[in-house]
Amino acid sequence: MASTVLAVAAKSATNERSTARKMINALPHIDTNVSAPERAGSLAIGAALVGYGMSQKQPSLWALLGGAYLVYRGMTGNCPISQAVKFSTSDSTAPGTAVAGRHGTRVEHAVTINKPVADVYRFWRDFANLPHFMMHLIDVDTTSDGKSHWIARGPMGMKVEWDAEIITDTPNSLIAWRSLRGSDVDSAGSVHFRDRGPGLGTEVRVELKYDPPAGKFGTMIAKLFGENPDRQVREDLRRLKQILEAGQVPTTKGQAHGKR
Amino acid sequence: MRAVCWRGKKDVAVERVPDAAILSPRDAIVRVTSTAICGSDLHLYDGYIPTMKAGDILGHEFMGEVVALGNDVRNLKVGDRVVIPFTIACGACLFCKRDLWSLCDNSNPNANLLEKANGYSGSGLFGYSHLYGGYAGGQAEFVRVPFADVGPFKVPSHLADEQVLFLSDIFPTGYMAAENCNIQRGDTVAVWGCGPVGLFAIKSSAMLGAERVIGIDPVAGRRAKAREWGATDVIDPEEHDILQALDDLTAGRGPDACIDAVGLEAHGTTLGARYDQMKVATYMATDRPMVLRQAMLACRKGGTVSIPGVYGGFLDKLPMGAAFAKGLTFKMGQTHVHRYFKPLLERIESGQINPSQIVTHKYNLEDAPKAYKQFLTQRDECVKVVLKP
Repeated sequence: MASTVLAVAAKSATNERSTARKMINALPHIDTNVSAPERAGSLAIGAALVGYGMSQKQPSLWALLGGAYLVYRGMTGNCPISQAVKFSTSDSTAPGTAVAGRHGTRVEHAVTINKPVADVYRFWRDFANLPHFMMHLIDVDTTSDGKSHWIARGPMGMKVEWDAEIITDTPNSLIAWRSLRGSDVDSAGSVHFRDRGPGLGTEVRVELKYDPPAGKFGTMIAKLFGENPDRQVREDLRRLKQILEAGQVPTTKGQAHGKR
Repeated sequence: MRAVCWRGKKDVAVERVPDAAILSPRDAIVRVTSTAICGSDLHLYDGYIPTMKAGDILGHEFMGEVVALGNDVRNLKVGDRVVIPFTIACGACLFCKRDLWSLCDNSNPNANLLEKANGYSGSGLFGYSHLYGGYAGGQAEFVRVPFADVGPFKVPSHLADEQVLFLSDIFPTGYMAAENCNIQRGDTVAVWGCGPVGLFAIKSSAMLGAERVIGIDPVAGRRAKAREWGATDVIDPEEHDILQALDDLTAGRGPDACIDAVGLEAHGTTLGARYDQMKVATYMATDRPMVLRQAMLACRKGGTVSIPGVYGGFLDKLPMGAAFAKGLTFKMGQTHVHRYFKPLLERIESGQINPSQIVTHKYNLEDAPKAYKQFLTQRDECVKVVLKP
């Protein structure tokens, strides 16, 4: 269940050890519990109510408050009243899945790596290696209970964090994981490994699904700023291949050149 | 350090730039003792290759002395005298493992750019545009060599620079062009372009057992050079109908193999050549494939067209019908320099070939602007220029 853009932005803006951050973390988690059509409706009616309240000679306090509540509900997808009574109309909250069907962004890409399947699987299975080739990841910390904490760069300088658990782990064949409740980003991923035989390398097929804080709108904004998830995954897998095969990502950064 | 920098179309300058530095553990820094200007550098000079940036350091044929090594390079020592292949190869990917070094998967930092144009990207190259990685080239006092545990080859001290320098590119390039012809006893090989690569292709064809090697070039000085390098016949394509002349020389069969050592900037005065010139000038085509058309039409049935000449984009009016009807084989591509280094060094050591004979001009690095101009305009006497930093 995604918390809202607001919470992620507030967390990114505050220092990790600051009192403000502690206060934000202490707040109850804000669930997305309003469905998309309902959010649009809330926003429209809320805006109309606020407009009506403002246009009266004697501004109506009730119309303003009620309107503001609906606008908040529409913009964030969170209804505090529904949350209090544990009611939800959002379709991203189906039990057992991190990201519901028809929801979020799905990216799929494959690469062939000229290394034995065991080497490739072992490298990926150590999640601490992932930030070496997934450029948007800052850090992945694996805790003793098999769960992991992920920190990533979001669009517009936002820092996004989530906890994940492994749901399938078949050595040299498949690793699948999903984010846990309370994540900034609902996400799920799997990577399939296929041994092509001696000297033919390993096929690596990655499928990622995630529901960014601002939903489809967030994905759209991210694309505007040049962050294309499809290309990002393709370049990530290219780096994985370069690290495993050549031991490094080729670079010319810092080399000599004449006047530009 | 001083380096030859590309400034724009027909504009190179020797500039003072920061010293070459080690950027990753598999790097080496080489102090350049000799570097050459390649015919394909003229494609850059003439502005045919996209993604060049002002300030890019040129040069992909060079050799010198190792002066610094990254932590992971253990097969070289400081002080080693080395020649460096112009293609950069990681040594570990499927293509390197299969001896197809110029198709390395992992050496081009800008592979995504080439993938957009070509589907897949080959190796990075020294000093040859940002499409090929934007690596600083070797027409400089010092050069950074990536994957130095794979690329540089040590050369014995008794061989002069000019004898081994061309193992970096043009000798293996001419040799691979000839090897691609799969030469059999009694074969005739026709070579278009008697520049440095053409001359090495002529010599290599002879070494690989061709009975007859025909050199084709409109420049008299180059035809003379072709004879010195082992051509049994030469043809001036501006004096003769080239297809008729080749048909005559081969008694009605056509050459068994045709080598296009010219590439995208073919010059000529025929109607077809003028047409190509006009199309390129008006941005309606990227290449002038006149030589390739002739090679396809001239080649005998079941023969091979071997293309060491560089092509960059989309080619117009190629006679594919003729190629299909005659069942031709096409072989081409950047040279797998690493594959040929040792066997060709042996041929030099045993005296079968003396590559230094190709050098016509030697200059200091400072004179690079003059040398580029001369190489472009005085084709008659200027065949190969070596620069000394």
